[in-house]
Amino acid sequence: MVEQTYKDIYNKFHDELLGNSPEVLNSVREEAFEVFERMGFPTMDQERYRRSNIPSLFEPEYGVNIKHLMVPINGQPFRCEVPGLHTYTFYVVNDVFASDVNKEEYNALKEKGVIFGSLKTIAEEHPELVKKYYAKIAPHKSEAVIAFNTTFAQDGFFVYVPKNVTIEKPIQLINVMHADFDFLANSRNLIILDEGAEAKVIVCDHSEKDRKFLSNRVTEIYIGKNARYSHHKMVDSARATTSIGGVYIKQMEGSTSNISDIVLNAGFVRNDVHIDLAEKYAETTLCGVCIGDEHDHIDNDTFIEHSASNCKSTELFKYILDDCAVGSFAGRILVDQDSQKTEAYQSNKNICSSTHAKMYTKPQLVIYADDVKCSHGATVGQIDDGALFYLRSRGISEKEAKMLLKLAFTNDIIEKIDIEALRNRIKVLVEKRFRGEQHRCTICNSCK
Amino acid sequence: MDIVDKVTNEDYKYGFETQIETELFPKGISEDIVRMISKKKNEPEWMLEFRLEAFRYWKTQEMPHWAHLSIPEIDYQDIYYYAAPKSESSKNPDDVDPELLKTFDKLGIPLSEQKMLSGMAVDAVMDSVSVKTTQQEALAELGIIFCSIGEAIKNYPELVKKYLGTVVNYTDNFFAALNSAVFSDGTFVYIPKGVRCPMELSTYFRINAKGSGQFERTLIVVDDDSYVSYLEGCSAPMRDENQLHAAIVELVALENSEIKYSTVQNWYPGDKEGKGGIYNFVTKRALCKGTNSKVSWTQVETGSAITWKYPSCVLMGDNSVGEFYSVAVTNNFQQADTGTKMIHIGKNTRSRIVSKGISAGQSQNSYRGLVKVTANAENARNFSQCDSLLLGDRCGAHTFPYMEINNETAVVEHEATTSKISEDQVFYCNQRGIKTEDAIGLIVGGYAKEVINKLPMEFAVEAKNLLSVSLEGSVG
Amino acid sequence: MLLEIKDLHAIIKSNGKEILKGINLTVNSGEVHAIMGPNGSGKSTLSSVLAGHPAYEVTGGEVIFNGKNLLELSPEDRSHEGLFLSFQYPVEIPGVSMTNFMRAAVNEHRAYKGEEALSASEFLKLMKSRSEYVELDSKLAGRAVNEGFSGGEKKRNEIFQMAMLEPKLSILDETDSGLDIDALRIVAGGVNKLKNADNASIVITHYQRLLDYIVPDFVHILYKGKIVKTAGKELALELEEKGYDWIKKELGE
Repeated sequence: MVEQTYKDIYNKFHDELLGNSPEVLNSVREEAFEVFERMGFPTMDQERYRRSNIPSLFEPEYGVNIKHLMVPINGQPFRCEVPGLHTYTFYVVNDVFASDVNKEEYNALKEKGVIFGSLKTIAEEHPELVKKYYAKIAPHKSEAVIAFNTTFAQDGFFVYVPKNVTIEKPIQLINVMHADFDFLANSRNLIILDEGAEAKVIVCDHSEKDRKFLSNRVTEIYIGKNARYSHHKMVDSARATTSIGGVYIKQMEGSTSNISDIVLNAGFVRNDVHIDLAEKYAETTLCGVCIGDEHDHIDNDTFIEHSASNCKSTELFKYILDDCAVGSFAGRILVDQDSQKTEAYQSNKNICSSTHAKMYTKPQLVIYADDVKCSHGATVGQIDDGALFYLRSRGISEKEAKMLLKLAFTNDIIEKIDIEALRNRIKVLVEKRFRGEQHRCTICNSCK
Repeated sequence: MDIVDKVTNEDYKYGFETQIETELFPKGISEDIVRMISKKKNEPEWMLEFRLEAFRYWKTQEMPHWAHLSIPEIDYQDIYYYAAPKSESSKNPDDVDPELLKTFDKLGIPLSEQKMLSGMAVDAVMDSVSVKTTQQEALAELGIIFCSIGEAIKNYPELVKKYLGTVVNYTDNFFAALNSAVFSDGTFVYIPKGVRCPMELSTYFRINAKGSGQFERTLIVVDDDSYVSYLEGCSAPMRDENQLHAAIVELVALENSEIKYSTVQNWYPGDKEGKGGIYNFVTKRALCKGTNSKVSWTQVETGSAITWKYPSCVLMGDNSVGEFYSVAVTNNFQQADTGTKMIHIGKNTRSRIVSKGISAGQSQNSYRGLVKVTANAENARNFSQCDSLLLGDRCGAHTFPYMEINNETAVVEHEATTSKISEDQVFYCNQRGIKTEDAIGLIVGGYAKEVINKLPMEFAVEAKNLLSVSLEGSVG
Repeated sequence: MLLEIKDLHAIIKSNGKEILKGINLTVNSGEVHAIMGPNGSGKSTLSSVLAGHPAYEVTGGEVIFNGKNLLELSPEDRSHEGLFLSFQYPVEIPGVSMTNFMRAAVNEHRAYKGEEALSASEFLKLMKSRSEYVELDSKLAGRAVNEGFSGGEKKRNEIFQMAMLEPKLSILDETDSGLDIDALRIVAGGVNKLKNADNASIVITHYQRLLDYIVPDFVHILYKGKIVKTAGKELALELEEKGYDWIKKELGE
């Protein structure tokens, strides 16, 4: 039993773990551990985990960074630049928080009443604020992966945007896996937007290629009444890296969210996204582009719950798989009984361009209200022959034509990203990815 | 649109009970009961072994719970596994008990020579036994075998042995194992090489006895270059208790052959409070074994308290084609979890799925389907369209498609929509003087048209009527 | 000699049906050829085969284009060599903008000739000037290829692309179908403006009316996969007057 190792670690280092951590995080730790102890990791005979063998991911003896040690980074600081875009930059190196926000910026944010920084620190400084939201959105009582995360969570990124405050510049959170040895990182982020607040977050996942890494990152996001939030994640990891965890969002009345997930280089990804449209007139757009080749494994499990009336959701995912890549998409849309006037639209389109690529898709509509407009579509196929011939007849080489068509295939999704500079950047990166050119972000140390 | 329950529900018109003496085996299931059934039917030893093996397997299994259904606990020891009208002992087929003839007359299935429908041969099954099979002689002239499965086991053991259980093995699922152990009667069809069956073959299933379950078994084998169109109908009396129906249908299509299998499922759905009704747990599967073979399932599902049914096609032969056309209506407290599986194995195989769900009252209606393309199934094509229509704000419509694609030459497309019946359309009809009820009938008919049109004529009319009757009182 | 087709035979790959049953045709620079014929005679197949459509297989004969064996070339190289097909049913390509589409095409043509790629501004200038040939709204450039275009816009878009690529031989496959008289005049006007002594056109049409605007030097009648009659432009008029039955009679059918 692979769980035993982690149970032993928890029991053995229990006091140390609690001693290192703020009270708020400790307060649910025991409860979460009990859930993990009882459930164990989800196995492949469970419907939602049929395509990802979670227990096997924990088989290498990673251990847990109980002492919350920072692995030192040599040389220049990380950069993950988007031309034409200035961001507030934060890091989570493995599972330890670091900031790269200068004094001026720091003060400007503080003046607006924005509370931000390390989850660990903020939980000590503002325990009441953190307690109100922490472990309230991600269901650690029913999901073993979240229970595991909650059991060992010590740090991560935190931001609180007060009522009617807009953070103009995007916040950039760079998750880096960096170590000279195999490493398991377990981090936890909490993002809170109060009524009428506005913020945009860009998340970049990177890892070094020399080691085996496993990250389990859980992000909870609370979007208050009429607040507007964007969350764009880009995964650009080495093949030997495994990422699990997910994003759990709760949206209040009239709030809007724009969530995207761009997987450029995966390794092994199991990503859960759960959006609860908890009050009326909330809207969300959830998008994903997943590019996989070699032995990449990309498994997205998404769940949008319409818990209130007059909400709207749009979900679009596209996969392009080559070589032996495996893609899996599950999209559950649940419309509760009194959620009238719901609009829910979901689409999953996939291209398999090699004999060994496999795609599994499972779009699901579960609808208990009647006054709804819901639809979903899913396709698995190849690049359209007619379009390919048309391009070739205009003198475009077959290879180039295929590239153009693959780009076009991903384009409508990338267009949904609401930060122009990022959108353009991602288009360039996707094209470079398809061309097999240097596709790493840019000067980022970790990616060289 | 306000939901005003102003229309009085038309009673389930097939809900009467035939007063006839019934022979019953003791309640419950055991090896002894299985042996008794086999003995009663004078079965050969191999058939008994088939049953016992299945029974032993069944004992190790549990009820499946993955469907989107809430199934009350079923006491399998509180069911009669064999029930037969007493008069069945009469060996002369023309000498059927007049009470039974009357029953089937009332159901619209005349069995006597004078009244027999031309262009259709019927096997009438009540509870555990086949009462009468019509047109057998005319069919026999063409070499077509159309008889009860019991007779087939006796008269054509080699054919039955060759195909029985090859499409649905007893290990397939819980209900398949149960059926394989205790199946009573059902229909056997064999169409020899190069014969286009000139009439519709049909089986009408009737549950009559109280407290009994029906476990029929149908096996249809269509040899090279042949064709058959087969219809299945069913009904049961209105009772407060639930009754179990766990059937297996196996179809085998050989080279260049085609099977059209149509079902109008109208088991008693229970009353307006959700009391009573049939639990319909059925395994239907076709094996498109030969190249260029084709199987098309068409179903209109209006009855049953709970339906668990996935007529499927295993597309093994190159260029074989599978089709599934379904209209499933649920009203009041009915629950349905139905759909299909299309398993693409051969090259250039094609499948098409059209599913139209209609939910009303407090019912739950789910489409569940799998399209699987195996690694060697070059150039597989599938198109699925699954629509749900909601009438009323207490019902549910759910769609669970699964696509597992292991070959890059496949093109698989799934589309689904869920919406409420359009108010604009209803209003437009109203404005032209059509009352709401009729307008809904029109709109639902139009919505289900693509599927209804696939049914043979006689059935299409009945199906349309059934649709509007099933939905009566659902929208005011 | 620009194009020489000798005893060309072709079948539909999927069903093996022979459509072209021995076509002979010679086209010189500066000439306009019209190919007419009843539905199903093989007109569109001929254009598809010349452009290298993968649905067809050439089973006999040869085609020399510009001194090269055309049948050995990939579809894109046929284009590079200067063969242009105006599609009867232009294909919609959602997500690919006209600008990106054409830039890729033009630059590949230039690369084939060993020329440098055009800069973005040079390219846009070219787009603008060429779109005037067919009075094409510049807004179309930002839209996806043919997606949501009207029938007339699609055909004008085809001629615009022809203007961009400056082919040696253009094959206009039923370019007149679905066009109203104004659109027809615009399309034909574009074709005529592009005409010079170094290029040639094959106009495939069912009706005479396009030939009022694009005047052919030769008219060929294609029937059951063969060219059965060749004459000057007066043949088109005769055909218009007497119908295709006349040809059938003349062939003794």
